[in-house]
Amino acid sequence: MSFTSEREQELATDMKKGMDYDELMNCMRCGFCLPACPTYRESGQNEAASPRGRIALMKAVVDGIMEPDEDFEKQLSLCLGCRACEPACPSGVKYGHLLEEARDIIQKKKKHNFPVRLLRSIVFNELFPKPNRMRAVSSLLWFYQSTGIQKIAQATHLTKIAPGNLSVMERVLPKVPSPSRMKNRPTHIAAEGTVKKRVAFFSGCLMDTMFMETNDATFYILKKSNCEIIIPKNQNCCGALHAHSGEKDGTKKLAKENILAFENEKVEYIVSNAGGCGALLVEYGHLLKDEPEWAERAKAFSAKVKDISEILYEVGMPKLVLDPQIITYQDSCHLRNVMGTFMAPRKLIQSIEGVTFKEMHDADRCCGSAGVYNIIEEEMSMQILDEKMKDAKATKARTLVTANPGCLLQMKLGIERAGLQKDVRAVHIVDLLAEALKNAEA
Amino acid sequence: MISQDAKKRFQAIVGEENYLDSKQSLVAYSYDATPNYQALPHAVMKPRNTQDLSKIVKICNEFKIPIVPRGNGTNLCAGTCPLEGGIVLIFTHMNKILEIDEENLTVTVQPGLITLDMINAVEAKGLFYPPDPSSMKISTMGGNISEGSGGLRGLKYGVTRDYVIGLEIVLPNGDVIRTGGKLAKDVAGYDFTRLMVGAEGTLGVVTEATLKLIPKPETKKTMLALYDSLEAAGRTVSKIIANKIIPTTLEFLDQPTIRVVEDFAKIGLPTDVGAVLLIEQDGPLEVVERDIKRIAEICEEEQALSVQIAQTDEEGAALTAARRSALSALARLKPTTILEDATVPRSKIAEMVREIEVIAKRNNVQICTFGHAGDGNLHPTCMTDARDKEEMHRVEIAFEEIFEKALQLGGTITGEHGVGVMKSPYLAWKLGEEGVAAMKTLKMAFDPNNIMNPGKMFAKESRRRLVVNK
Repeated sequence: MSFTSEREQELATDMKKGMDYDELMNCMRCGFCLPACPTYRESGQNEAASPRGRIALMKAVVDGIMEPDEDFEKQLSLCLGCRACEPACPSGVKYGHLLEEARDIIQKKKKHNFPVRLLRSIVFNELFPKPNRMRAVSSLLWFYQSTGIQKIAQATHLTKIAPGNLSVMERVLPKVPSPSRMKNRPTHIAAEGTVKKRVAFFSGCLMDTMFMETNDATFYILKKSNCEIIIPKNQNCCGALHAHSGEKDGTKKLAKENILAFENEKVEYIVSNAGGCGALLVEYGHLLKDEPEWAERAKAFSAKVKDISEILYEVGMPKLVLDPQIITYQDSCHLRNVMGTFMAPRKLIQSIEGVTFKEMHDADRCCGSAGVYNIIEEEMSMQILDEKMKDAKATKARTLVTANPGCLLQMKLGIERAGLQKDVRAVHIVDLLAEALKNAEA
Repeated sequence: MISQDAKKRFQAIVGEENYLDSKQSLVAYSYDATPNYQALPHAVMKPRNTQDLSKIVKICNEFKIPIVPRGNGTNLCAGTCPLEGGIVLIFTHMNKILEIDEENLTVTVQPGLITLDMINAVEAKGLFYPPDPSSMKISTMGGNISEGSGGLRGLKYGVTRDYVIGLEIVLPNGDVIRTGGKLAKDVAGYDFTRLMVGAEGTLGVVTEATLKLIPKPETKKTMLALYDSLEAAGRTVSKIIANKIIPTTLEFLDQPTIRVVEDFAKIGLPTDVGAVLLIEQDGPLEVVERDIKRIAEICEEEQALSVQIAQTDEEGAALTAARRSALSALARLKPTTILEDATVPRSKIAEMVREIEVIAKRNNVQICTFGHAGDGNLHPTCMTDARDKEEMHRVEIAFEEIFEKALQLGGTITGEHGVGVMKSPYLAWKLGEEGVAAMKTLKMAFDPNNIMNPGKMFAKESRRRLVVNK
């Protein structure tokens, strides 16, 4: 084996030490995952861009058959992490865990240039894990949106300076609430009638700032469905963004903070309303499995986590009404593939009076958002998104429902790219249900 | 090694984008679904058409570069593992249906076409292609043809070999020949079509195939019968056939297999019974209903614990899908899963299964068995760990004993997976030294430079036949 750099050699050693070899061996290469993988399909059936291929690459590095070269890193980066391969895998290989392990090892050895290092440090250490700062940054956005600067910037095409999708992204961002509203968050909300369930709510970082309206809508529909809601104060970002970017230590730190914040609450469920967050919350047990002090507590935490749609479906919602329209639903990969939630949101949408639910082709296929993937791997992401929009358009739906903030923004981006702004809107399922509930009451 | 000169010539034919030799690509095409086999090729090429391929093969012949044609690498005999390096050919550019001929009831396809895509396309026209390998969602038609794939419907309808009626093949010298055609009757010369099906890419590369279709059966019913013992299930199989009923599918799973399949598919299979028979019949409604009723009676006469008939198509489909996942689901138990396909005359199924149990126990290895009870094609599957050399040795002995027994019962070493590398040491057990010699003579006549999938089918050394204690 000839390594072209010392870094490659160190990386190979770390992979050998750090990767779960049993899990790598569990892949028996039957290929059942191939048809489920979006990047395999979009790359013209390149085996290396499939789950079986990527596992083979990881194993080859550990076995000393190949160097962890730039190609190898690029291939792992190209994976969406949508985990559609996991339900398709009869052998039950935990592909997501392997990918996160490998990315964590690579990240630790990465020598980023200064701007990237600075940006990563800000995002992972100073922004997401610090609710105050998340609010501060969102406030800036609020200032930008509500003072008219946004309008001027858009009118003068100043926004076009931003690279790639960012200029479109800027247009599709939700309207951020004012700083004072973001600061005064409730900690307890009583049920409207007799309490059916007592639940704790996981606020999330983006969901409680940029998407605060959706969190408020969540409280509203839970309350109306007779759930009492506890919102523990000291909770923090779930750590999903960290985990997917190979920042395992940061993820663990956040997990512990969250376990502490929730573990004394006497509640039946911990509710999440973002597929990406929920999927990591249910994996805290795995994340902390090697820390004796935390393993059991993490497991107990994970066991309680449930998606909002599952709970609403279980307790039953009051009457829901909307104007007659066709609605389609795009699965959040992590919600479907990791949390196993896919029936409940569909059933809820179907229960709205006036609505015709139309399943889109390949609704379970990733939309290409995947955390920061649409920025890092823009080309592949947009290729996947444009395919997705063709399927969405074919349903003739006026409303495209999602269950995760990243997917929601991506759908909005897709609608812009496809020039469908006038005919199609994208909404979070919670916002749709709140709208239908208010409509029924009016 | 591929010389710079050869590389340039290859690139001139397929274009630089279709010639891959990064380490990543070499690793990605270094394996198939066979455990414990891996070898890097020197390059991977994606030909766009038969002319490309003919030119590539000519250069390979000139430079004596090995060629391994590969579909999606789902085979279980290491047939597409590039053991001697060289070039792996992949057919992602040659994956089209060229024609569905509704008058002659044929479909003409390119080798890279996914089996299920073809099946869906012909079924949309009310036609039917019966061979249905468990890997059909992934496997390609070229792979099915080269490996001679079977499937769950083999009992009633036969296997891939029975449906291939015409081929276009690039021979190892680069010549392109066509065999057979859309004809039902054709005895012009040697039957090269049959020869090429199951030749495992050792005689040439299939570039186009014409397949026979039949009208799609009007209805289908699926049922599940549960048994205390394999014996009772085995007796049922014999009795169904003796009653002159040929079901489409007649599959059995032993208890450990049922457990893992249920663990994956979660469709409510009972996990506490000794064996399960999955039975399907298709055809005109009256016939299907009559047959299923009679089969259910036979199951009960042979002391089935319960007999359930799927009420809806979805229920039936869930049952067969679960069966198709058996192999991969078994892989949950241990890191390495070695699946064999020893085949016996169907009257000997129960005896063979019993013997497999004895052999497993004697060698202290874990073997689960499932398979196509109707056609005698068994899949004894060993769950082991390739890192445990001592256990791997015992596994090898156990499989030798299984092959020995299968042959003793008038069976064969492989029913539908092919010989590849896995089974090559045992080929002589089935054919005799003379049989292998005759095959080698044929191979040398086609491929004197031994460039087509070298190292497959014919082993460097044969295995000495065991003396099995009886």
